[in-house]
Amino acid sequence: MPSPFELVSASIIVFLCISLVSAILANHQQFLVKLSNALSAAACLLAAFGGFLTVLSGSVETFILPIGLPDMPFYMRLDALSGFFISIVGLLGFFVSVYSIGYLKGFLGRRSVAPLLVFYNIFLAGMLLVLLSDDAYFFMISWELMAVSSFFLVFFEDEKVPNRRAAFIYVLIAHVGAVLILLSFGIMAGFAAGFESFHGYTFSAMRMAEMPAVWASIAFILAFAGFAAKAGIIPLHVWLPEAHPAAPSNVSALMSGVMLKTAVYGIIRVGFDMMGTPQWWWGGLVLALGLVSAVLGILYALMQSDIKRLLAYSSVENIGIIFIAVGLAMVFAYMKLGTLAALAMAAALYHMLNHAVFKGLLFMGAGAVLHATHERSMEALGGLIHKMKWTAPLFLAGCLSASALPPFNGFVSEWLIFQSFLLTPALPGRLLNLLIPLGAAALALTVALAARGFVKVFGITFLGQWRGRHDTHVAEVDWPMRAGMIMAALSCLLLGIFPNHVIGWLDAVPMSLVGGGIGETAKASGWLWLTPVAAERASYSAPLVFVWLVLVIGVLYFIFRARGVSIRRAPAWDCGFEKMTNRMQYTATSMSMPTRRIFGFAFSIREAVTVVSRRGSSLFPEKYLYRLKVRDHIWNFAYKPVSEASFWIARRVGKLQHGRIQIYLLYSFITLVVLLVFS
Amino acid sequence: MDLSLAAQINSVLAALILLTSFALLVQRRIQGLLHIFAWQGLLLSISTAVVGYSAGLHHLYISALLTLTLKVFALPYILYVLIHKLKIHKEVEEVVNIPTTMLIGIALVIFSYDLTSPVRELSTLLTRSTLAVALSTVMLGLLMMITRKKAVTQIVGFLSLENGLFFAATSATYGMPLVVELGVALDILIAAFIFGIFFFQIRTTFESLDLKEMEKLKEDE
Repeated sequence: MPSPFELVSASIIVFLCISLVSAILANHQQFLVKLSNALSAAACLLAAFGGFLTVLSGSVETFILPIGLPDMPFYMRLDALSGFFISIVGLLGFFVSVYSIGYLKGFLGRRSVAPLLVFYNIFLAGMLLVLLSDDAYFFMISWELMAVSSFFLVFFEDEKVPNRRAAFIYVLIAHVGAVLILLSFGIMAGFAAGFESFHGYTFSAMRMAEMPAVWASIAFILAFAGFAAKAGIIPLHVWLPEAHPAAPSNVSALMSGVMLKTAVYGIIRVGFDMMGTPQWWWGGLVLALGLVSAVLGILYALMQSDIKRLLAYSSVENIGIIFIAVGLAMVFAYMKLGTLAALAMAAALYHMLNHAVFKGLLFMGAGAVLHATHERSMEALGGLIHKMKWTAPLFLAGCLSASALPPFNGFVSEWLIFQSFLLTPALPGRLLNLLIPLGAAALALTVALAARGFVKVFGITFLGQWRGRHDTHVAEVDWPMRAGMIMAALSCLLLGIFPNHVIGWLDAVPMSLVGGGIGETAKASGWLWLTPVAAERASYSAPLVFVWLVLVIGVLYFIFRARGVSIRRAPAWDCGFEKMTNRMQYTATSMSMPTRRIFGFAFSIREAVTVVSRRGSSLFPEKYLYRLKVRDHIWNFAYKPVSEASFWIARRVGKLQHGRIQIYLLYSFITLVVLLVFS
Repeated sequence: MDLSLAAQINSVLAALILLTSFALLVQRRIQGLLHIFAWQGLLLSISTAVVGYSAGLHHLYISALLTLTLKVFALPYILYVLIHKLKIHKEVEEVVNIPTTMLIGIALVIFSYDLTSPVRELSTLLTRSTLAVALSTVMLGLLMMITRKKAVTQIVGFLSLENGLFFAATSATYGMPLVVELGVALDILIAAFIFGIFFFQIRTTFESLDLKEMEKLKEDE
């Protein structure tokens, strides 16, 4: 029986080999799509199994890879925390790889899929390496491997201008983030072994480092900012809604489902494992930014009519929710409240797992819609429930999970986060005491708005009548795509019905990080009831809820069937009027109108109505044109000044460049003379 | 040889090198430029040999020999062939006129003397007074590169700058280690070949060796 570390490293080697093979076999596209994705799926399972075993046993394995710079080998470590994230990567990677067998067929004949497959596998390997690395040097290399390969994936359909722009913004912010992380590691390594020695670069040395409070805070803030840029925390989220729609859907599923999680992994690794939360306000900062991201993220999501953009903004929201839980865990860990910290941490981890699965499912569903209709805008979709009989219910399962409705998985983790809010005792610091109830309220608002957002996604896309061109032929997607989505939907359901088993499994992670666990108390009242802290405080029985739901639906169905009520079919959404055309339906824009009115202050909205044709009466023009442009304020406030300033500086500096060699020599000469004079 | 005599010979040679540097600035014909450059190399070689003899450092003889073969014969010959092949016989074209260049050159020499005065007081080497001349030669070489329009003259300026560096090395520390000197000599030789290739390339691309043409390479906004 190989050890978990061997399983995970074997899967990494397989990924790297697949990308090599994909490059070689670029001429056999059809065969390549099947072979490469099947192998990726197998390797993902291998990694997921390795991660699963690590968390189950709570074991720690280390390994030193003797390559790299002289005297600086690569350190690797597989502990419960990295094992947990590896199993998320492996699980979603498996679903998505199976799905890709069908999805990539859509590209055949249009363009070569070889680059996609090459970078897809490097991307997966990079994420696993990030999670395995145990020194700053190897971590940064893996981090860049992940960032650059995903850049090429976003860049895949490079003939479209928005995609090139999206990829550029993505790689820019990814690198700014990487620089910040590098600086943070530099500070920690400096205090670990002094600035003359290189031996502080391992994470184990950084764990031992004694740092003054100010420097520790600076290092944490740098690392937090760097990881937040990757996670898409507002205000560093701008790349996310650009890059996710631009990437092919299987890649967006992975980017949104698991790549964002590696950033959370980084924050947990630095904040808990390497620094041990010596300041309470670190948690407060994470919590506050998480709240902002959650609320604004879902508000922006509600405004979108591009289905993948909407899902991308919803990822901002969910990452915000995860940050809320992580921030709470940091606050509790600082106060040495082991059980509560473990509760918040378990909630965060659980939500990460859930978000990976349901957001993966939703992006796969969006990909299926895109594959079938070649349309991303919800304004041109509709009524797909009749044409895509498999995709529609699977997508609905994802929507229900994302809206946190029982019995699906989203409910359990968000319920746990609420529990950790509600069980919070009095905290030091007035600001923090204010933040907790406010945070609970904001989280409730977020969840409600998220439900509204997913009603919009599902309702506009799958219900009503077809809004697009009449001659479009829409067919259900093929079996591999369905299989990927079915497995993801089943996982959503199972993760929602058996929370006790999941919490019992992942309990090793909070155990190792905050020194407490909730595995024992959670199943104190038997496997049927989830009791996070104590049975008299709160309990939830997912299996019973599920059984009840199934019973009620079954009985109702049986009653209606038994009474012989015939089903009457009428045009969808015609509101009782006759002769409604499909252009008179409720649209995505009109559905988000109330939100636009209420929360208008959060966006920069430009609305214009112009009369296009005025044939006939002047009072009743024949044709109107309605334009709506909604952008977030942050672009104008934070990014535009920076980009304009850098262009301004570049133009000024560019004037130095005359193109005349004599002038350049003169620059050197003057520099030489000045240096000689002042030496 | 008496030490003070050696120092005096060296000073005379230094003065002559400085003179050739100014001559390079003044010379308007390219052929003449090459002759002066060869003379400068010869003076440098003699000076190195004298220093080597008086200080008893025999590796300086090899340096002197290298200088002689490279800077007196090889490089001027290569440049001469180049000029013939490229059919350049025109006068040297300058950006700043010659009297002004001379004045700037004089200022640079005074500046160099001022700059090296602390070194002269501290050093005990018999070549210490020539450091200022070496620095001036470097500066004048750079000045020549700045004020000339044609690529060939700039190369001569660059080589004269290198002469100055070499002279500085001998006068300040009795020469660099032999390995370094050999390396530098090889670099110079290779540089000369590369320049030659570049000249042909530049001329075929721009149909001129005037560096003004290269402004076209600049990216437009």
